[in-house]
Amino acid sequence: MRHRPRSLCKILPIGQPLRPPPATVNTLSLAFGEAWAMIARADPKLLEIVALSLRVSLSAVVVATLLALPFGAALAVARFRGRDALVVVLNALLGLPAVVVGLAVYLLLSRAGPLGALGILFTPAAMVIAQAVLIFPLIAALARQSVADAWREYAEQLHSLGAGPLASAFALLHDLRFSLVTIVLAAFGRAIAEVGAVMIVGGNIDGFTRVMTTAIALETSKGDLPLALGLGLVLLAIVLALNVGAHLMKERAQRHHG
Amino acid sequence: MADASAPLLPLVLENVGFAAGGRTILAGIDLRIEPGPRTVIIGPNGAGKSVLMRIMHGLLAPTSGTLRWANPERRGEPRRQAMVFQRPVLLRRSVLGNLLFALAVAGVRSHEREARARAALDRVGLGTFADRPARVLSGGEQQRLALARARMLRPQVLFLDEPTANLDPGATREIESVVQSIHDSGTKIVMITHNLGQARRLGDEILFVDRGRIAERSDVDRFFRHPATAEADAFLKGELPWH
Ligand SMILES: Nc1ncnc2c1ncn2[C@@H]1O[C@H](COP(=O)(O)OP(=O)(O)OP(=O)(O)O)[C@@H](O)[C@H]1O
Ligand SMILES: [Mg+2]
Repeated sequence: MRHRPRSLCKILPIGQPLRPPPATVNTLSLAFGEAWAMIARADPKLLEIVALSLRVSLSAVVVATLLALPFGAALAVARFRGRDALVVVLNALLGLPAVVVGLAVYLLLSRAGPLGALGILFTPAAMVIAQAVLIFPLIAALARQSVADAWREYAEQLHSLGAGPLASAFALLHDLRFSLVTIVLAAFGRAIAEVGAVMIVGGNIDGFTRVMTTAIALETSKGDLPLALGLGLVLLAIVLALNVGAHLMKERAQRHHG
Repeated sequence: MADASAPLLPLVLENVGFAAGGRTILAGIDLRIEPGPRTVIIGPNGAGKSVLMRIMHGLLAPTSGTLRWANPERRGEPRRQAMVFQRPVLLRRSVLGNLLFALAVAGVRSHEREARARAALDRVGLGTFADRPARVLSGGEQQRLALARARMLRPQVLFLDEPTANLDPGATREIESVVQSIHDSGTKIVMITHNLGQARRLGDEILFVDRGRIAERSDVDRFFRHPATAEADAFLKGELPWH
């Protein structure tokens, strides 16, 4: 790699022997108290970081969903050579480590990379791309699975009724709406909780590309526990809310539609 | 171009065969299905009855031989035949919604759909179920709904694959009376069943399928009194040990 951004070294606490002060029970409870206080008074710094996190991850989910849902559905229904291999690869990509995605997107966007001309490395746009790449396999693989299951069940009936490809696709999507929303919620959870990819392509620049996870990593290593804890609590609440939402969705679907 | 109400029947199968995975499932099927008499297909498990019906309905392509309708259906035109499966497949929407979907696919104009769907529900006694989710109906109710859906489309030919398997005697009678009234309205009935009493009640002619071939075809009384083949005789004795 020829191009090596100097800024990265300044921003990331890599290799710096930062030694956080030893945390005692006392400092911990103090930190918790301060964290709560920050949340309660809607600390502007905390809010700014949370807002950027939401913006980046929501954008990534929208982009990834628009591409991955049709892709997964097509993979479930279409027959072509090499489809099984593609499905295996897609399923393998489910366990893709975020840092590897970050590295790949970094190489693509770095000045010497194929998309270097865009000049978006270390911007929120790069973080959106990295998270979208990260969750694309998740959405596509799970959507493929649920569409394939439903298609096995419905194909003959839909053919028998004379439904063409378009009518069949809409019927399928409509019937799967709850499980597809659940998949998208899970993808959003993975995106917003991920740290490796946004750290690498965003650079964790204060006030510009610093999101919850990268801020937590940095503040913890600096020993600023209250901000780290406050962000951690917000992140936990978001992930919890997503899971509760997904659960309620499933319950509702079961109850109303069998 | 044939218009959408041109008669489908007769259906002629010539030397139709079906093989899959190196196994011959159907072979040398020569068959002519005429309008009118109710055709009941019986035969042992795995004989190939369902595969034969799927081929006739166009869900499977035969791997050999030819199948010809008098005026075949064309792509994009509403279907003139319908099928009721052993396990009804209903969409995750209301009972009424399932019927409206089928009517939309069949190209029925939107302002006519609801009245037609509700009338179809009333005729199978599901009028008060219109707004319930279809998937939570009981097995018998789901099968009645599937039958209402098929009838509502006014097909010229209706295929039924064991429509009363898993239903209690009461539900079975209900289904049978609906099938009877569909026959009375002029629709050709082709039905598979393992219920020999039902074959007698509903059938005019019997197609006996055994090991991938049509072993015997005769009218219902003669078949049950004097089966012409040893296979049919053994089948009837196995099914009705008290005979
Ligand atoms: N689509 C298919 N592709 C390949 N083989 C099939 C297919 N459908 C059925 N078979 C096989 O063909 C044979 C006949 O199946 P079929 O379902 O027609 O039997 P059947 O006469 O309807 O039996 P049953 O009374 O148990 O319903 C079975 O051995 C089955 O495994
Ligand atoms: Mg069968």
